[in-house]
Amino acid sequence: MKYIDEFRDGDSARHIADKIAAEVKPDLAYNFMEFCGGHTHAISRYGIADMLPPNVRMIHGPGCPVCVLPIGRVDLAIRLALERGVILCTYGDTMRVPASNGLSLIKAKARGADIRMVYSAHDALKLAEQHPDREVVFFAIGFETTTPPTALVLRDAKARGLRNFSVLCCHVLTPAAITHILASAEAREIGTVPLDGFIGPAHVSIVIGSQPYVPFAQTFHKPVVITGFEPMDVMQGILMLVRQVNSSRAEVENEFSRVVTPTGNLAAQQIMAEVFELRESFEWRGLGEVPTSALKIRPEFATWDAERKFELVYASVPDHKQCECGAILRGVKRPQDCKLFGTVCTPESPMGSCMVSNEGACAAHYSYGRFRDLALVNKGPTASNSIAT
Amino acid sequence: MSSSPNYLRPIDFKHGHIDMTHGAGGRAAAQLINELFAKAFDNEYLRQGHDGALLPLPSEGRLVMATDGHVISPLFFPGGDIGCLSVHGTINDVAMSGAKPLYLAASFIIEEGFALADLKRIVESMAAAAREAGVPIVTGDTKVVEKGKGDGVFISTTGVGVAPPGLCIDGRQAKVGDVILVSGTLGEHGVAVMSQRESLTFETAITSDTAALHTLVQTMLLALPDTQTLHVLRDPTRGGLATTLNEIAQQSGVDMLINEADIPVLPQVEAACELLGLDPLYVANEGKLIAICAPEVADTLLAAMRAHPLGQGAQRIGTVIEDAHGFVQMATRFGGRRVVDWLSGEQLPRIC
Repeated sequence: MKYIDEFRDGDSARHIADKIAAEVKPDLAYNFMEFCGGHTHAISRYGIADMLPPNVRMIHGPGCPVCVLPIGRVDLAIRLALERGVILCTYGDTMRVPASNGLSLIKAKARGADIRMVYSAHDALKLAEQHPDREVVFFAIGFETTTPPTALVLRDAKARGLRNFSVLCCHVLTPAAITHILASAEAREIGTVPLDGFIGPAHVSIVIGSQPYVPFAQTFHKPVVITGFEPMDVMQGILMLVRQVNSSRAEVENEFSRVVTPTGNLAAQQIMAEVFELRESFEWRGLGEVPTSALKIRPEFATWDAERKFELVYASVPDHKQCECGAILRGVKRPQDCKLFGTVCTPESPMGSCMVSNEGACAAHYSYGRFRDLALVNKGPTASNSIAT
Repeated sequence: MSSSPNYLRPIDFKHGHIDMTHGAGGRAAAQLINELFAKAFDNEYLRQGHDGALLPLPSEGRLVMATDGHVISPLFFPGGDIGCLSVHGTINDVAMSGAKPLYLAASFIIEEGFALADLKRIVESMAAAAREAGVPIVTGDTKVVEKGKGDGVFISTTGVGVAPPGLCIDGRQAKVGDVILVSGTLGEHGVAVMSQRESLTFETAITSDTAALHTLVQTMLLALPDTQTLHVLRDPTRGGLATTLNEIAQQSGVDMLINEADIPVLPQVEAACELLGLDPLYVANEGKLIAICAPEVADTLLAAMRAHPLGQGAQRIGTVIEDAHGFVQMATRFGGRRVVDWLSGEQLPRIC
């Protein structure tokens, strides 16, 4: 695929891997957090961990929108579908998020709830037009990437006077969460490993630009390299972080300059500002309450706000007591350090947030990397000489 | 199957719909069977007109039997429909033990209100697929369920075949050092079906690979000087290559190492999967097989596969290695190594 294969080329990757190996200082530890689930996915899927020197450690942060969705929010959606008879629409990977009482959207659907998987917010709006006699609720989740489309459908619904459509808004914000990892009192209590730099979000940064990370980099003296989701991007981003650490810099650099600009997509930001305002606080699964880290629908759009329309009352639901997701998301612990990992908590029956989506830290390690935890009888030769072709 | 039907008006296949009388066992049911199923599937065994077909016993070998329920939405997709799929799927299940498929049975569960024109199209597609494969549909059944209690039509097919004496092809036979082959490009069926789903319509030239693979299997067996060297055959349908290899690895108690660069995927399938956040390794196929064989016959087998129209894109993709954990590992095109795990639940598109 043109413009894709170039970023997945093994020879070029090995060239960057050689550079990283040559430039890391053996006496230093490089702990880098990739915030986005998309990066976690790329690192796992392409086996990037194998290509890094042992003292370069990648830590999976809380940037999987499905993983950080708290149980209480999924409960609200399920109740709307099961008890209020709405058609509930949502993105595919939200369907499996575990909620209270052993339920999830998939399981609620099996109990008779009318839950539809959609591929865009606009599809939910179309359903509302097709079913004027039914209430249609779009369960909107995700970071700044998925927020503008939700804003657009809210504006459209208002313009068309479509009163049987509403949005259960669970959109969250990236810069606040990154800051929270290092700054909150709760974080200090749990502790964090020294994080030496951040791989900055890719798609999120297309919307918000690179500037919002500057205060963070300066305040905490942590380098941020905004990086694309292709494996070559990730390798290059890591090399740029290594170079910043080596020269004691803490700047925001942009590896993903082919699409990310300093100011981002102003039209998208404008529609977001028109429709949404900041929530004072929002619960993140695994991280707890994070101030000013999410969006709610402005009063002008109250008719299309499912929380107001159905007078929903949020109730927080704690994760399993032994779940270590909070510590894992901050890099204090690794998935395999959690007692539940791979035993009671698996991708088939996730207990904690990090196991929910395959972009979560635990699910990615379970699905792609757990063989590294076991002493393999035959680790096998390398890719280049293992299989005669 | 009456030869002189005593009804007056022929079924209106253009505008008519299935109703409850078509499943009630009376005159309407008999009319549907005679005018549609018996006519389309016609063969000497079906003409016996019994509830069960009387079939000659094979003189030697072992009987192989497989059954498969077909539930698919949409019923018609680029490159096929539920009808031909229900024939190919069961023929392939029989063929994957090295057997020659001989007969098929078909059971229909049809929803009240289903358009007769669509049913006719499906049945004729089934009949054509069975004829082309040389495997007759010798018996069948039709039931009608009330509207809302079905999804148009469900088709179950059962196949019977015969495996030659001494042949031992099953999922427990993969051995350390064996070579893993696939018969062609992966993921076309799953992407073709997805491209037609509600709210996901995208323009694509990708058609389903649905096909009966028994002649490819027979060609492969004939090419081998010793059929004992072919250890496992499996068609990677739901769950795709990844899930099928995991099944075999677990059944045989071995590990596998596959090489991403050697796994054939059409660029347009790769692009569609990229767009939807899916992994082609987990996408369904309906006309491909995986063969695991002794290393000394791998080249012979590969050549035989490539010489058959359904195996032209055959590739050697990996080897069976020793490890008790039953992992499938993959050397990535990028230069790393990772596990290719079982599919967890349904493969769902990622949010961003």
